[in-house]
Amino acid sequence: MTNNKKPYVKPTIIKLQSGLMNKFGVSPYYARKVRSNIDGVSIEELTKQFGSPLFVFSEKTIRNTIREAKEAFATRYPNVTFSWSYKTNYIDAINAIYHQEGSIAEVVSEMEYDKARKLGISGENIIFNGPHKSIPALKKAVQEGAKIHIDHFDEIDDLETVAAELNKEIPVAIRLNLDSGIQPQWSRFGFNLESGQALDAVRRINMGGKLRLNGLHCHIGTFILEPNAYKTQTEKMVKFAYELEDMLGISIEYFDIGGGFPSKSKLKGTYLPPDVSVPPIDNYAEKISQGLFNALKPGHFPKLYLETGRGLIDEAGYLITTVFASKRLPDGRKSYVLDAGVNLLFTATWYKFTIETDREMQGLGEPALLNGPLCMNIDILDEGSMLPPMKRGTRLILSPVGAYNVTQWMQFIEYRPAVVLINENQVEIIREKEDLSDILRRERLPKRLRLA
Amino acid sequence: MNTNNRIARLAINEEGFVFDPQTGESFTVNQTGKVILKALMRSDSEESIILQLTEQFALSPQEAQADVRDFIHHLRAYQLIY
Ligand SMILES: Cc1ncc(COP(=O)(O)O)c(C=O)c1O
Repeated sequence: MTNNKKPYVKPTIIKLQSGLMNKFGVSPYYARKVRSNIDGVSIEELTKQFGSPLFVFSEKTIRNTIREAKEAFATRYPNVTFSWSYKTNYIDAINAIYHQEGSIAEVVSEMEYDKARKLGISGENIIFNGPHKSIPALKKAVQEGAKIHIDHFDEIDDLETVAAELNKEIPVAIRLNLDSGIQPQWSRFGFNLESGQALDAVRRINMGGKLRLNGLHCHIGTFILEPNAYKTQTEKMVKFAYELEDMLGISIEYFDIGGGFPSKSKLKGTYLPPDVSVPPIDNYAEKISQGLFNALKPGHFPKLYLETGRGLIDEAGYLITTVFASKRLPDGRKSYVLDAGVNLLFTATWYKFTIETDREMQGLGEPALLNGPLCMNIDILDEGSMLPPMKRGTRLILSPVGAYNVTQWMQFIEYRPAVVLINENQVEIIREKEDLSDILRRERLPKRLRLA
Repeated sequence: MNTNNRIARLAINEEGFVFDPQTGESFTVNQTGKVILKALMRSDSEESIILQLTEQFALSPQEAQADVRDFIHHLRAYQLIY
């Protein structure tokens, strides 16, 4: 190529129609987002070293976010502890950062429980939630002093069996579900407050004489955009605790109000950018402390646990992905085949990710689809964005993807990629890229079926 | 390329504004799109258009081929050619 040739921009043709602006929210001239690096490490360097796709986590963002959250609560209520919601992201290195920052562990299965123990978390620093806790799992947790939060009446029976076997009284909490004024109301987990079911559960526990209720738990849902719901929730929980004290002489030592704070992610179907629609954590802390102080007796400061998940980790995670191929669909839209799809980004179902390229792109934006590598129609990471024409090999950075993706990703027809952590310009692998041995490790081929 | 298409009737100005007098539809093309569109209106062959692009602009024949093909598919989607 000689120097006197003009710089090339890919050809585009856009139909001018009044509907386009409304449908896609942006004009073809919309300023595009460029991200050349994550915490000072260039996208090019990251992919050169670790390949694509690649999950990247910022340790700085993780630590800053949990510190801000703790600060927001510590300045308002004297007895608060965060409990890291493992299911949101349970890679050891990520868990370890939260534990270093003073969080205990919140687990919802035996697998997560074992993972926390293996990492070095003692039983008493584990909150054990969830509707499926086997008797062996309960027994282990009781012996190790975990905080067990009962989800249903059958679990009361199971725990009494364990108490009888171990010949010891077990301190327990129950999970409540209640009307905090928001829809949908999560009513599948725990005991309903308003219908009297929760009181029945407490009476049942008292009657058995083997368990001692000392805590109340409630998780009202996820991505809750209404801070006031938490005020209603905490008031109801505290009032219920005092009722139990008056009626049954029970003393509640702690309240666990679950998770649910939103991240700065854009939910599909919403038009406001998250900076406008997502309230800051201070608003939640304010409402929660108001709820507590409204209902608590003066001088009474029981422990408050928070199980915040997505709100703490989502924005710390990025996925770098690469344009592998492209085609023109019969309806005129451009479809890009990326090396990452819904296999890696489970949250694509609800979120409209921020899409950035690692360098300035030339050319008009046009309606485009981002598709993944799965040979399936549902593999759509984004549709209806105006994207500039992109050639093979173009790097895209999708965010925020830190919450629920590296736990809910699936190993379907592809190897799951590496996950790296950036800390002060240093990049460390915290989960290696998978290979065939990961897939074959648990398979057994009977001798009679061996082909060679 | 068969000019028995809507494309031959299009009016196109220097800024890349394209108007179809028959349907009243309008489009906007960028500089490269304009080069290709004008060539198609002259009934230039795909090979010749690829050559025109690689002579004028800094790009490989493969990229030119892929982009011309994509542009033609896009015109088809808009039913400007069949
Ligand atoms: C019991 C419990 N605690 C905490 C969480 C974390 O929620 P979030 O990520 O919305 O903060 C969940 C998530 O569903 C949950 O079920």
